[in-house]
Parts: sequence; C-alpha cells; structure tokens
Amino acid sequence: MRIPLTWLREYAQVPAGATAEDVMNDLVKVGFEEEDVHRPLDTISGPIVVGQVLSKEPEAQSNGKTINWCSVRVVPEGAAQTLDIDGIDPSGVQGIVCGAHNFEVGDKVVVTLPGAVLPGDFRITPRKTYGHVSAGMIASVRELGIGEDHDGILVLSTLGLDPELGTDALALLGLDDEAAEINVTPDRGYAFSIRGVAREYAHATDSVFTDPASLVTVTPSSGEGHAVDLSDDAPIYGKPGCDRFVARTVSGINPAAPTPPWMSSRLRLAGIRSISLPVDISNYVMLELGQPLHFYDAAKVAGTIVVRRAAAGETLETLDGKVRKLDAEDLLITDSTGPIGIAGVMGGASTEVSSETTTVLIEAAHFEEVSISRSRRRHKLPSEASKRFERGVDPAISAIAAQRAVDLLVELAGGTEETTSTDAGSVTPAAPVFLPLGYTSARIGIEFSQSQVMGSLTDLGAVVEKVDGGYSVAAPSWRHDLATKDDLTEEVARLVGYDLIPATLPTAPPGRGYSRTQQQRRRVVQALADSGLTEILAYPFVSKASNDTFGVAEAGAARSAVKLANPLSEEFGYLRTSVLPGLIEIAKRNHSRGFHDLALFESGLVFLPDGTLGTASIPPLGVKPSEDVLDALYDGIPYQPLTMAAVFTGKDSPAAPGHTPRAWDWADAVDAARLVADVVGVELVVTQGSHQAFHPGRAAQLSLRNGDVVGYAGELHPKLLAELNMPARSVAMEINADKVFAQAPDVIVAKPISTFPVATQDVALVVPVEIPAQAVLETLREGAGELLEDVALFDEYQGTGIPEGSKSLAFGMRFRAADRTLTSDEASAARASAVELAAERFGATQR
Amino acid sequence: MPEPTTEPAAVPDPLDEAAIGAAVENALAAIAAAATLDELKAARLAHTGEKSPLSLANREIGGLAKEFKAAAGKIMGASRGRVAKALAARTEVLEAEDAARILIEETVDVTAAPRRRRAGARHPLSTLQDRVCDIFVGMGWEIAEGPELESEWFNFDALNFKPDHPAREMQDTFFVEPPEAHLLLRTHTSPVQVRSLLERELPVYVLCPGKVFRTDELDATHTPVFHQFEGLAIDKKLSMADLRGTLEHFARQMFGDEASIRLRPNFFPFTEPSAELDIWHPGAKGGPRWIEWGGCGMVNPNVLRAAGIDPEEYSGFAFGMGIERTLMFRNEVGDMRDMIEGDVRFSEHFGMEI
Repeated sequence: MRIPLTWLREYAQVPAGATAEDVMNDLVKVGFEEEDVHRPLDTISGPIVVGQVLSKEPEAQSNGKTINWCSVRVVPEGAAQTLDIDGIDPSGVQGIVCGAHNFEVGDKVVVTLPGAVLPGDFRITPRKTYGHVSAGMIASVRELGIGEDHDGILVLSTLGLDPELGTDALALLGLDDEAAEINVTPDRGYAFSIRGVAREYAHATDSVFTDPASLVTVTPSSGEGHAVDLSDDAPIYGKPGCDRFVARTVSGINPAAPTPPWMSSRLRLAGIRSISLPVDISNYVMLELGQPLHFYDAAKVAGTIVVRRAAAGETLETLDGKVRKLDAEDLLITDSTGPIGIAGVMGGASTEVSSETTTVLIEAAHFEEVSISRSRRRHKLPSEASKRFERGVDPAISAIAAQRAVDLLVELAGGTEETTSTDAGSVTPAAPVFLPLGYTSARIGIEFSQSQVMGSLTDLGAVVEKVDGGYSVAAPSWRHDLATKDDLTEEVARLVGYDLIPATLPTAPPGRGYSRTQQQRRRVVQALADSGLTEILAYPFVSKASNDTFGVAEAGAARSAVKLANPLSEEFGYLRTSVLPGLIEIAKRNHSRGFHDLALFESGLVFLPDGTLGTASIPPLGVKPSEDVLDALYDGIPYQPLTMAAVFTGKDSPAAPGHTPRAWDWADAVDAARLVADVVGVELVVTQGSHQAFHPGRAAQLSLRNGDVVGYAGELHPKLLAELNMPARSVAMEINADKVFAQAPDVIVAKPISTFPVATQDVALVVPVEIPAQAVLETLREGAGELLEDVALFDEYQGTGIPEGSKSLAFGMRFRAADRTLTSDEASAARASAVELAAERFGATQR
Repeated sequence: MPEPTTEPAAVPDPLDEAAIGAAVENALAAIAAAATLDELKAARLAHTGEKSPLSLANREIGGLAKEFKAAAGKIMGASRGRVAKALAARTEVLEAEDAARILIEETVDVTAAPRRRRAGARHPLSTLQDRVCDIFVGMGWEIAEGPELESEWFNFDALNFKPDHPAREMQDTFFVEPPEAHLLLRTHTSPVQVRSLLERELPVYVLCPGKVFRTDELDATHTPVFHQFEGLAIDKKLSMADLRGTLEHFARQMFGDEASIRLRPNFFPFTEPSAELDIWHPGAKGGPRWIEWGGCGMVNPNVLRAAGIDPEEYSGFAFGMGIERTLMFRNEVGDMRDMIEGDVRFSEHFGMEI
C-alpha cells in the first residue's frame, strides 16, 4: 500500500517537515514494514513554471519537419523576471523552439526553464537549434513523468486549470508530494486504505485521527433507487456471498470533465493510472475509504440487479475484453440480460462507463472473502478490488463510500445527485469477545493496567465494556480479524508497544540431548568430511531419467517416484530417489570451473513412494483429528530415508615434492561406504553386485548382516560416464543411512585381551578367479577355529606361476590362545584345518 | 698427520720413561690432530694397535726380570691409560660433530611439505545448523525433525492457515501429483511443531531445523530450497516475555553479548500475537545495525487444539529463522548462489568451522 503524504495529512497529524521515511519509521512500530519511497522530486526539479504562449511561428525545416518558434511569457503580465539564471530572460518572456503542434497562442502551458532537471537526468539549458536559441522547453506529460499516453504538449486548460503565469508547476501538478509504501499483512484488510493507515499512524504517534468517513454526510434516501435483489442460493461455508449492496445514481455528468491534478497525482503516487474522471473517482474513494466501488453506465443496465451464483454454461466478457467461462461457484452481478460482472473481481464490458456516459450507477457492496478469493484465483484476475474484498472490507462503510463518490461526481463532473437510493441486505455485527481480566498480562508478560487495556481497544474503534471478570469487546466493523481474546491481546501489546515487553528466560525441563540417530548422523557426516570429502547440498529435483538410472539396479525398470505438480523446470520435475544425480551435476559444475580432482558427498533425504500417496481429504483446522484420520495422514506420506552418497573424480590429492597422487578408484568408493557403517559400529557386508549405473565388474553391493541391501559402491558405468560427460573412472557410492543406523549395537560387549605370545603364519591359496576373496577369508576364519585371533588378505596375484583362470590370495593369520603360549604345532594345525576347509569349499590349493 | 708406519718401529724400553713419554706425546698429538672419525681410527691403530710402539713396549714387559715388571707395568699402564682416555674424549667430540653434521645434512624445506591428508569440508549451512542446535540443546531443548514431503494438513491446516486465506498463497508451494493427494514440499519447518505436539509429552521445548521449499527461482537473494530452524516451547504460563528472553539468550550465544533483539508487530496464522524479529548485529559489515532475522509469536490456540492440547491450560511461543539468511549476514555471504551451487571453493574456505 502506497500512502501519498498530502492525503495522509488530511486525516492524521503528520509533522510539517516529515518525509516518507519518517512516516514509515512510525508505521513500522505498529506492524507495517517499510517497502519503498516514491518521491517525484528525486528526479525532477525546477524552475518549472506556468507560461503563456504569446506567439507561435511555424518554420519548415530542410529535414521535412516543421518546428514552432514560440515566445512564452513566464511571469505575470507587467511583472519582471526575478530568477537570475543563465538563459532566463529578464523580460519574463522566453524564446522556445517546440516540435509539437497541439497548442495555440494564448494557451497556458508548463515551461521548464534553464536550470530545471527532468526525469532521466535531463538537464534544461539554453541551446542553439534550428537557427534559434531555445531557452527552455514547453513540457509534455511524458517529459514531466506524469503520464505515458500522449506526448503532445500539456495544455493546462484541458485539466480545467487557469493558473497565474509564473506559478510553480511542480506544486500545481502535485509533483511535490511523495508516498510511503508499506507492506500490509493479509489479516489487515482495513489498512489497504488511507483511512486505515491514518488511524494506525495516529496509534503509532499518539496523535489525533480524523475519520474520513465522519466527514461524509449520507443524503437521506427519498425512495428506493435501482432495484437490487440479493439471491445467493449456494453460500460458501454457509455465508452469503453478498450481505450488503448499496446502489446510487448520479445523472447529467459531463463526460469531458478532466480529472483535477491533485487527484491524478495522488492516484499516480498510489500506483494507479489516471483513466477518466469517473474511473479515477471510483479508485480514489477505494483508496481513501477501502471500499471498492463499481460504476455502471446506468443507461446500459437493464432491469433489476440480481446478485447470484453462476449457472452452468454462462459466460461474461469482462472489462479487459476477454470472454470468461463462469463457474457455478462464481458470484455474479446480473441484470435482465445476464451477467454484467464477477462480483468483487471485475466488471463486464457491456455496462462499462465510457466517454459517452452521462448517468452513472454506483455499486458499493460487501462481498464475502472466500467467494471473491476463489473467483479471483479461478479466473487469474488479481485486482485492487479483489485484494481488498479477500482481506475483508468494512461492511459499515458501503453507503458512506457511495456518498463520497456521489459528492465527487457532483463536484468534479457536474453531475446531479439522485436522492433515491438502494441499500439491500443486512449485515450482522460480530458477537462481542470476552477478554478475561489478566489474560493480556499473562500472555504478554507486562502488567497492563485496566486503562491501558480499555484505552488501547477503544482507540482501535472497539466498544469496550467492563463486565464481571473481564471485558466485553465489540470489535469495530472494519476489524473482522479481531475474533478471539488472543487477537485482542495482540492489539493491546501492539498499541502499548512491543518494545516494552521484558525478557525472561524460561527453564526447559531436563532434556535428553541429541537422539541416537542425530548423534550418529552428525558423527558420520563429520567423519566423511574428516576423511577428505567435501559436503555439498544439492536440490532434490531431478529428471525422470536420472531416477530410473540411479534408483533401480536393473536397467529398463521405471523408478516409482514423486512428480511435482508445479516444478520450476519440467526437465527436473521429479523428487530424487537417489542422491547421486545431484552430486554428479555439482561435480560437473566444479569441472567446468577448473576443479577436476573431487571427492564430494551429500547427506539428505530421498523420496521413495510405495503404496498410498497422501490422503483424499484433509481434516479441518483447530481440532485434533481422530487417531484413524491421523494414522491415514501419516501413512500417506512416502518413505524418506536419510541417504548418504559420494562421488570421486580424478586424483586423491595434488602432486607435491615427495608425494605422488593416486587416482581415485572403486575401492575408495567402497571404503567411503564402509566408513558410514564403521562410525556407528555396524558391519557392512560387501559382495559382488550388479547395478545399471555401475561398471558390471566393479560394483559392490552393500548389505547388512540381516540381509537388507542398503546400497552400492564402485566405478560408475563407463557408458553412463560418457553420456553424463563425466571423467572416465569416476567412482561413487550411495547408502541408506537410516537402515545402517538402525542396526547399530546398543551395547558392545568387551573381548578379553590375551597377553600370551602371538603366533603368525601366512598362507597363499590358489583359487578360481571368480571366488570372492571375502568368501575365502571367512572360510579360513571358520576353519581355523578359536585359536585364530585375526586373518587379513595382504596380497592378490594372477600371472606367471598361477594357472590360467586362477588367482593367488595371500593371507596373514594371527593365532593366540587365551590361556597359554601356543606351540608352533598347534598354530600349524589350526592353519592346516583352515586350508583344508578352503580346499573343500573352493578347491583351493596351497601355493 | 701421522700415517701408520709400514716399517716395524724401534721397540721402546718399557722402563725408559722418556722414550715411553715421547711415544705417549706422539699418540696424544696424533689424536688431537685427528679431524674426523676416520683419522682418529688411523691414529688409534698407529698408536694403540698391535704394531704401535706402546703395544710393542707393553709386550716387552713379559720378558723382563721379575723385579722390573711392576715398575714397567706401572709406567705402561699409566701411559696407555692417558692415550685411551684421550682417544675416548676425542671420539666423543668427533662423534658429536659427526652426528650434528648428519642432522644438518638431513635438513629439508619444511615449507614444501606435501599435504598428504586430503582436506575435506562441511557445508557451512550444515555446520551453522549444528551450531544452532548445540545452543538449544545446551538450554535443555531437544531437536525434532520431520519429513520434507509433507501432508498439506501438517503444513497448513494444523497451523491455522484457513483454506482460502491469502496467507496460504503467500507461501509459494510446491505441490506434487496428484493434487488430490494433498501432499506438498513443506514450505516451513512448522509442520514439525505440530508433529512434536502430537508425539511428545508436555511440556515441549523443541528446535526443528531442516530443509524447506518455495517456488522461487534461484537468484542472488532467493532459492527454491533453503533451510530454517524453528523453535517451539509449550508449557504452563509461558508469555511473550519468555519468548523475548529465549531469543535474546540465543542471539547473544550466536553474536556475542552485545547482541540484542527487537520485536515488531506482524501477522502469521500460527501465532497470535505475532512479531517480526530483528537482531542488533554488533559485528555487521559496515557497522552494528538492526537486521531482519525471522518471525515469532505466541502459538495460536488453534494450533494447540489441532494437537489436542487445551489452550486454557497450556500456552507457548514459536519462532523461526532462515539458516541461509543467518549465514549471509553472519559470514558476509553476498550471493545466495554461492551456497547452492556446490562450488568446492565455497565449502573448503570454511573447512570444518563456521
């Protein structure tokens, strides 16, 4: 909402020197955030004065144009020029070359004299042109920044003005005014008016407010005006779409009457373009009182106005020239020909006020919020009117606003007031709210006195009555947002001042600290970073193809994924089922910026819909749903496990003296996945895997001891890397961290430490290449029995000396007994039985 | 320097003190003159080796008459002792010199040390989120989390957003297909407030951090995916003064003892009264000033009712701030895109700290 200061001053006591910034500083205290300042004088400055064309000599030019060489008087007849600026003639008459032709000798015009600056930093100086020295300019509305429509000369008589020569044109045209723009929260519809803001300004500055509504005297009706029938047979939420409709008529208006500059200047500062006098008046009254008005050309309205819901198949051509299909829920203004407007949203073309209109029918109605809001959304027609109706308009202002419009049409357009009037419908005032004694104090933490409570609420316009145990508060008609004792509490606190609220620190009961999962997550993320990976946070929006590739192991299967109804880009229209696509995008971005050796990871949620998606309906607000309904809500929300993934490209470190970097390989990916499990004390079972996104021979399937597959790690598929334009041999891992965390042991039972001497023995076994080393290792462990303390693979070899199709695996075995020193025979026997089992299972032979 | 003699030397008489003394002096001179361990070894061989005058003289004792043996032994013992002591002393000196020389020779350029441990980094948004959580956990609060893909009821209705109210549209929401399923990407972390009230025992003091979504295009100051933390305290007799006290305490933990907060009236469907929260940031770029930080207020009774809590018995407050915004003014991040694009330079500049 933009507030022209001259307008605000009519109803509030704004100090003489106050700027828009000062006003905003005051309004922010009562809850209006500052948005902007609109000040014409920031871009335009004088001397810009009223002049009169004394002579106008057309001179044809060689370029085909005709210019006018004019002399223009810029001081009153007989007076001397008092301005002492280079280029301003002491005689008071300026020689000016003008390219426009829409003025005559004797016309009063706006002259920008040397020294003036126009919007766009256009500085006026005497200049030689077309064989003359042109000392100034005869200005157009566009050059003055007050209009766009025409660029001819502004002839002041067309605005109904006949000022004295030399008058300051900036003041004359309202260019010395300025506006403060504030943000109005959606609960405060009343503040979309000068009336509402002036009242708030008075609250903020503790000064006197004059209600503009109190300055209007509604003419007593001499009889029924235009017939109006309110007939809503399908109210939304049981509330009729229109509960008050005031109709007034003004006849005999002069269609050619101009909008006076004070009005067009205020409208312009408020952000509304001047159209024609009647339209300008309707907007002016709306801005001043907050009541949207609609003006019909009375000659075009046929019969009784009926306010009703639309019927199937009805259409309406709206003011913007578009034919709209109406919905049965749309509230309409109709006459005997059918719809003539969508109530509160936009009028129809057939009854529009035009340059021929001489009799205006004024509508000042009160429409229900939800109905207007839905129609506005349905037809995508946001307007100044719908904005106000949606947020709630004062139902008591209708007749006053209509009268204000009547008065302005009479005063400015030469119209005649019809004293018959219509006021259909009836508004039920809201029931008073009971505010218990002490409630505001308890909620806010300030001991409010009775006079503070009653005074604040009375200042707002409420009627406050002291009753047993508290106050009975009848909210003012424009404050439909004041419906509960908490609403009233906010008002008292706001008017007394939030700054006075003291600070006390409440003590929370003893907490349990971070949950187990929260601790696990933080430790794992930290461990990944500590191990040299860089954390990133990608958007969870991906393409269908990415989900299908990274989300399912088998090629060709479609991944069940959640699709966005309104994505920012159709390409990335799905929620991720894998963290990898986002990581890869970010890896590529880093490559394009010159970083090729990367180790990136992300920890975040993926979205895995399975079964029910959402609920067909949702319960109402303000009541706890039943357990069944709550369960259905919970069940409809897809599984969103915390997932961790990493991508590695290039080398593990920069080359340095004495240090040779290593290219990341598949084992780094497996290792990163292992780290996730290791940190939380869970064993990860790594087996040869198969996943379409990974190299078929270099993919590890990651699972838990309970058999759950929790992820994959390894080298990404070379073909996929080529398609993605990623470096060859890039590796990656992804793991469902929630599932890993859930397997973390509650208690780890200690193992006794034997201090008897160790016996170590190595063994090299030749096995077929396809036998996994891990399987051989586990067999050795099993075969060796309890004397084996540890076994580890330390070498793998294929080539000379090993038969084709076989490999040699070398293991170090560490034996120790808990209760004695082992003999070498005992160790050898344990080793032998381990080898025997491996021979039996895999045909392993000792090398 | 004395070279080991190749010719057999004249054997001194072990009783000839002058001759033995001369041999000792020769030996001491050679030892003193040895500049390296190798030269010292040569001197040792020449003057204490088997063929050295002193050794040869010593060997003569065996052939002496019994009555001379003691005198000769005494002379030779003392003489050889002097030489051995000199040798030991010189060895120590030269070994120390040698050790020092080796250490000098082993000098490296420590400034050229390679970084063998790869420097990883946390994303500063997640580090900052941890920092915020730590402060509240320190106050006895707990951390509550919830799903990012959420039911419309938790995101709006339960928070007292009326179905057709403009406030609902102010939060530009990502809905998912099919719209009849009433699922959306949460527009704030407030649905976790409702979940906490439904799932936890009263009183509740929780902080809800997490990712939230709005349909804004990415630019220098907007991002469709960002992070918030919201606090919720529901207890008996909580007032707006408790809200201010909590926020002030938190602000001082984050920004130092000079920090303070300011409340301005505002509107949110889920709080009444509602306030906009500004922070006095003593370390702000360009000097201390007020910075818009978030929103807060007393929890609207309808939110409590949605969780089955009697608003006549319990009351409380809630507040919410953006983590991106906090990082922007706390750490002087000028462009939102730097936090989003994943450029490793951004995270690595912060490393593990914030």
